[in-house]
Amino acid sequence: MDFSGLIDNFGPLTVTGLAQGAIIALFALGYTLVYGVLRLINFAHSEVFLLGTYACLFAWGLFGLDQNSATPAVGPMLLYMVVGLIAAIVVSGAAALTVEFVAYRPLRRRNAPPLAFLITAIGASLFISEVAGVLTHRNQTGVPPIIQARPVFTIGDTTVTNLQLLIIVLALVMMFVLDRFINGSRLGRGVRAVAQNPDSAALMGVNKSRVIALVFLLGGLMAGIAAVMYDLKIGVTRYDAGFLLGIDAFTAAVLGGIGNLRGALLGGLLLGVLQNYAAGLFGSQWLHAASFVLLVVILLFRPTGLLGESLGRARA
Amino acid sequence: MLLEIDNVTLAYGRIQALHGISLTVGEGEVVALIGANGAGKSTTMRAISGLRPVSQGTIRFDGEDITKLRADLRVIRGVSQSPEGRGIFPGMTVRENLEMGAYTRKVRSEIDEDLQRAFTLFPRLKEREKQAGGTLSGGEQQMLAVGRALMSRPKLLLLDEPSMGLAPMLIQQIFDIIVEINQQGTTVLLVEQNAQQALSRAHRAYVLETGRIVKEGTGADLLNDPAVKDAYLGVA
Repeated sequence: MDFSGLIDNFGPLTVTGLAQGAIIALFALGYTLVYGVLRLINFAHSEVFLLGTYACLFAWGLFGLDQNSATPAVGPMLLYMVVGLIAAIVVSGAAALTVEFVAYRPLRRRNAPPLAFLITAIGASLFISEVAGVLTHRNQTGVPPIIQARPVFTIGDTTVTNLQLLIIVLALVMMFVLDRFINGSRLGRGVRAVAQNPDSAALMGVNKSRVIALVFLLGGLMAGIAAVMYDLKIGVTRYDAGFLLGIDAFTAAVLGGIGNLRGALLGGLLLGVLQNYAAGLFGSQWLHAASFVLLVVILLFRPTGLLGESLGRARA
Repeated sequence: MLLEIDNVTLAYGRIQALHGISLTVGEGEVVALIGANGAGKSTTMRAISGLRPVSQGTIRFDGEDITKLRADLRVIRGVSQSPEGRGIFPGMTVRENLEMGAYTRKVRSEIDEDLQRAFTLFPRLKEREKQAGGTLSGGEQQMLAVGRALMSRPKLLLLDEPSMGLAPMLIQQIFDIIVEINQQGTTVLLVEQNAQQALSRAHRAYVLETGRIVKEGTGADLLNDPAVKDAYLGVA
């Protein structure tokens, strides 16, 4: 164990962890939204994210950008960011809806048992990831340097880069917007109603199918944003990128209390930071082992996660 | 007739819950459905509100065949149900629960008007306005469920066991309110274990036994029917 490694790098590890955690949190929202309404773990959500990482690369490719391009000036950079985000959001959102319509809705119509949904979810996930694997010959794809990481400010000996700042602020803003939507809008109230009591929601005139499609879409949009941030931060993507980060995101959702939006944010940030501490302490090869030890320990003491289950009870 | 149910059968898996039920509710009526546990009262309610699909038969509402219509669309047609077990949204405040009742409506001023009406009918709900629905007592939840069902301005109000779990004084009160709601122009179909209260307040009533209607008549007639007395009113 390398205590001095952790102590000396405490600041940088925290900031890196927060940025990583912000991506995980955005990713985790998709699991938690769908679970809150359907009590279903949508394992295909990891591939919704994966397609986002490729969609934004594809959009940048249309501008002739690849990993060997020079870093663009501020004007084009903003344009590329907007285009990349739109591409990822559209593709991830569409992918999430497609999964719902193709894989889950037909099962619901037939009143399939929960296990059937689980198997379908894993099947859909593997299918998309394997298609991506075959198309890319299982090679990783480099990301053009849209944003050059530059320090923007320093606290003590910790420098924070523009990229880290962008990721953390964007995640917080999206969380805030989503929270306002779910708790403040009419459609959001419909989502909470279905999550809390599906039969009563129908008796209020809430169209359950529409609410379900909506939570898949919202989860997809957030995953799309997470995918762009991931591309920029990591610099490469690969056919199994969704699977690997998906495990973290799912862990974060359970950690915070699956079904609970604010829990996903808390779980994501906490997991990101603690993974980086563990990496500093034991070496980065222990990063995932550490996060699962943490998950098990927390669930032993709080089986419903830190903030508790259920979408609608987040306020209580 | 506002509601016409013709020969409806319904099954949960292999268990036949309703064996061909026919009943009608006229505009402006209070109709009661009484019967023992498991007789199919709540199932009948769910068939009308659309929570359970029927196997055979037809349900007509306001002249339209709604047998296959989704539950949320029946609300827009004017059917509203206060369900068995109350179905409160536990994580929403009392006010949010009531506003959920007006989910299908758009005009804010009318919704506010009806909120005030609900608070006038149930002053207790006004006191608890900002409290989470899940923290209310059973009686308060019952008031909330009835108040919420009214928020869609229904033509037909379905009440499933409105007196369940209430103290005797509150039972009187909730039936007074049902009569008041009816006098304000809402047709009511109610399911009750408390046959005494239900029959004395309803214009007409049906007696349900193991998924079949075995008797019907005016509330007063059934109150004086020896068989009904014996089976449901607890007087020999």
